[in-house]
Amino acid sequence: MSISEPAGAPAVAAAPAAKPAPTNRIGETMAAYKGAASTLCAGCGHDSITSQLIKAFFEMGISPYDVAKMSGIGCSSKTTAYFMSLSHGFNGVHGRAAAIATGSYLANRRLVHVCVSGDGDTASIGLGHFLHMLRRNLPIVYVIENNGVYGLTKGQFSATADKGSTHKKGFENEQTPIDCCALAIEMGCEYVARSFSGDVKQLVPLLKGALAHGGSAVVDVVSPCVTFNNHEGSTKSLKFARENEDPLHEVGFVPYYEPITADYAEGTTITIDLPDQSKLLLRKLEHDYDPRDKIRALELCHRAQEERLFLTGLIYHSPVRGRTLAEQMNLVDEPLAHLPEERVRPAAEVLAEVMEAYR
Amino acid sequence: MTASPSTQPAFRNTTQDNEPVINDVVIQVATSNGTGSQSANLVLLRTIFQMGVPVGGKNMFPSNIQGLPTWFTIRANAQGWTARRRDADLFVAMNVESVEEDIAALRPGATLVLHADLEKHLTRDDLIVHVVPFGRLVAEVCPDARLRRLVVNMIYVGVVAWLLELDMEEVGRAIAKQFSGKPKAADLNLAAARAGHAWAEANLPPHRPFVIRRMDRTAGKIIMDGNTAMALGLMYGGLTVFAWYPITPSSSLAEALTDFMAKYRHDAETGKATYAIVQAEDELAAIGIVTGAGWAGARAATATSGPGISLMAEIVGLAHFAEIPAVVIDVQRVGPSTGLPTRTSQGDMMSAYYLSHGDTRHPLLIPATLAECYEFAMQALDLAERLQTPVFIMSDLDLGMNLWMSEPFAPPTRPMDRGKVLTAQDLDRLGGFARYRDVDGDGIGWRTLPGTRHPKAAYFTQGAGHDDAAKRSEKPADWQNNLDRLRRKIDGARNNLPQPAIQTMDNPRAALIGYGTSDEAIAEARHILATQHATPTDYLRLRALPPADSVREFIAAHSRVFVVEQNRDAQVAAILQAEYPDLAPRIGGIVHYNGLPLDAHTVVEGVLSKGSYAP
Repeated sequence: MSISEPAGAPAVAAAPAAKPAPTNRIGETMAAYKGAASTLCAGCGHDSITSQLIKAFFEMGISPYDVAKMSGIGCSSKTTAYFMSLSHGFNGVHGRAAAIATGSYLANRRLVHVCVSGDGDTASIGLGHFLHMLRRNLPIVYVIENNGVYGLTKGQFSATADKGSTHKKGFENEQTPIDCCALAIEMGCEYVARSFSGDVKQLVPLLKGALAHGGSAVVDVVSPCVTFNNHEGSTKSLKFARENEDPLHEVGFVPYYEPITADYAEGTTITIDLPDQSKLLLRKLEHDYDPRDKIRALELCHRAQEERLFLTGLIYHSPVRGRTLAEQMNLVDEPLAHLPEERVRPAAEVLAEVMEAYR
Repeated sequence: MTASPSTQPAFRNTTQDNEPVINDVVIQVATSNGTGSQSANLVLLRTIFQMGVPVGGKNMFPSNIQGLPTWFTIRANAQGWTARRRDADLFVAMNVESVEEDIAALRPGATLVLHADLEKHLTRDDLIVHVVPFGRLVAEVCPDARLRRLVVNMIYVGVVAWLLELDMEEVGRAIAKQFSGKPKAADLNLAAARAGHAWAEANLPPHRPFVIRRMDRTAGKIIMDGNTAMALGLMYGGLTVFAWYPITPSSSLAEALTDFMAKYRHDAETGKATYAIVQAEDELAAIGIVTGAGWAGARAATATSGPGISLMAEIVGLAHFAEIPAVVIDVQRVGPSTGLPTRTSQGDMMSAYYLSHGDTRHPLLIPATLAECYEFAMQALDLAERLQTPVFIMSDLDLGMNLWMSEPFAPPTRPMDRGKVLTAQDLDRLGGFARYRDVDGDGIGWRTLPGTRHPKAAYFTQGAGHDDAAKRSEKPADWQNNLDRLRRKIDGARNNLPQPAIQTMDNPRAALIGYGTSDEAIAEARHILATQHATPTDYLRLRALPPADSVREFIAAHSRVFVVEQNRDAQVAAILQAEYPDLAPRIGGIVHYNGLPLDAHTVVEGVLSKGSYAP
């Protein structure tokens, strides 16, 4: 059954099209990727990211039925309701989305797991789970909607607030910020990107690359909180981000099912080969940066923090692919959740053998 | 152990006329941990078991890896009473750290096997003392000085074997089993045991007050710890995802499970695993992984102890409210805080039953035997999926880590219950569904699993308030309806959980409720009360909470009922009082909470002091 048939979910059904809407490679229209209406503040960076997620999934032609949307608690975590209503979503408890996603993945690794989380979830209450998820190389696209504040509780600093960034009440943050990208690289994550919610052109290919990556992929997106952290002195305000974003490269994504059409001059472009044969094309701008060097990537993160640079793009991609959690565990190909009884309940003779050993 | 001599006449057979006591003895061995004494103690235990005499073993060990005092108690009893007894008949003192307290605590007339190096600590003259030159004996059989610290323990096995008239052939078999696959170690240890035996034969007085004689009461039985039994139950229950964080006394459950699954749960054709076991970063992650797995349709469980239960509280509340299957095994130890990590209690009953904030309540299954560990583990996986909620199994250190006898386990007879799950075909037929709507009147909605290819399949799972179609809602009526339905669901399960075991006597003068590992002490106490104190008792063993209707009937049928518990605050008594406010004044507690397993004496004293009816 096509998802876009009128019999679909209510969110999908309301588009009486005069001319047929464009479809993706699995024959679905963008409507099949929509979610409930957002209840976030007007102008919230998160809503922009939601739109880019919809675009990325639609253009990649991933069936919403194959997607599990995971989130924690906070403004960012609410957004999993605002895209892809045809996918199951799990908005759990604060900080534990990485752990819950780990269980869901082990139960059914055919699902495409995407987690949308915030800086409170990821860098504070759930920091441990975030790091251990990366150590395990859980195949997941982990999007951090990073605004430097706790929005849902009205504007307290988060652990990603920069030193010297000001609070809405005027005082400065003195504490060292946690750089989720640097930590991700340290933990062995093989796909680490930073972007800006306002940079649609960059964010969509980075999300597609993350989806194609097939292991843990972290996309840390600075996403201004227009209500509590948009003032003068904030380093995560819309104005600051717009004025200071410094892309490392221009990012293009070529899926495995499309030929490369653009022609790049020698030395101007780095091609990142992804496990599914898709490619990210990184066209050189002012920086001469190769994201395939782990030490340089860490150095870049540290320099960005020292010099307060807002560098965006693909920060790190490992040229060597590590084993995913399922590969480490040598799991059967079928989802564990759906194994029939005869495959998960050993025969009576086995029990007799065990009993004999304890006599 | 206990500092004062045991002056209470214990419930043991004593003989007036030098006749030996047959098949009723408590042996206690004091060593330091990390010296390999566990192997020696298991050889003694297994020898008695092989001779057909019912036997149990309890290890009392420190929270430490090497060098602190540890005691192992073996109780052999023809009638099958293997609960802890307060005093030992035969004590083996090998540890300088504890020897003075150990000797001070012995009952008058007990037999003491004393390491010759410790003789200077002997200050009593009311014991039967055998000073054994362990150092010399082990040097003779074990040329490698580095191994003597380990092998010396097998010397006391030989001495004890002689004292109890154990069959040395059986000792040899037990050693072979203990060191199977290591013939050199087996030979060395057998030589040590024989040396101890020969020394005793040549040097000890011929009278032996306690002896073991062959019986046939262990034929066909197994001997195992409860954690291993629970792990087997999980494997046969079709478990596919297990997440855990190391904590005594549950770690050995996870490790036993890991071994069983590695051996028996790989696909025959591909060699690939049909399960995932994750050692998580903490207990929050462990229950998070289990909850995520349950949500996506796996049969998932975790095992922990009190501190882990505390950490799991928030996500257990999520799983309760979002209605996600999960199995949580609590191998209880002594709390609060770090407490006594290597001692036993039933101190988490209240916190587990109501775990998490807000109005929460969870089904608890409470095993008392190895067979129940195995069966309840399977049943909990079924119940969790049927009820779509976290189900707890309340074991304890005594059951989980000590050795118990059992009939061999039977393979499962019922197919797995996967609960109410709608497929794409179901949705075609139904035209849709509302996740939390009570369509069957049992409070349990139908769910779909992520990955179901149908436009009506998806729903949004959240711990936030929702209506019966899983849509976010803060409406007062939606909230209250949901909580009322959750109560109906949990309450409604009470008669589908393991039902109480009730034993009655004629003309009862007291009524007891007990659960879990208190059972063996209660059984022995009832026998003593009936035969020595003319106090027959009725007894209900609770096997689950919320309590079945028959629990109410039992309490209503007796004017006073005492709940025997291994915690300070009579936690289950309080739960029953809350459950049956009209019967609350009848419900009292007999409690025991010093970290040692419950003994029959405590129950007898409790009943005689306050629990029996007026004659």
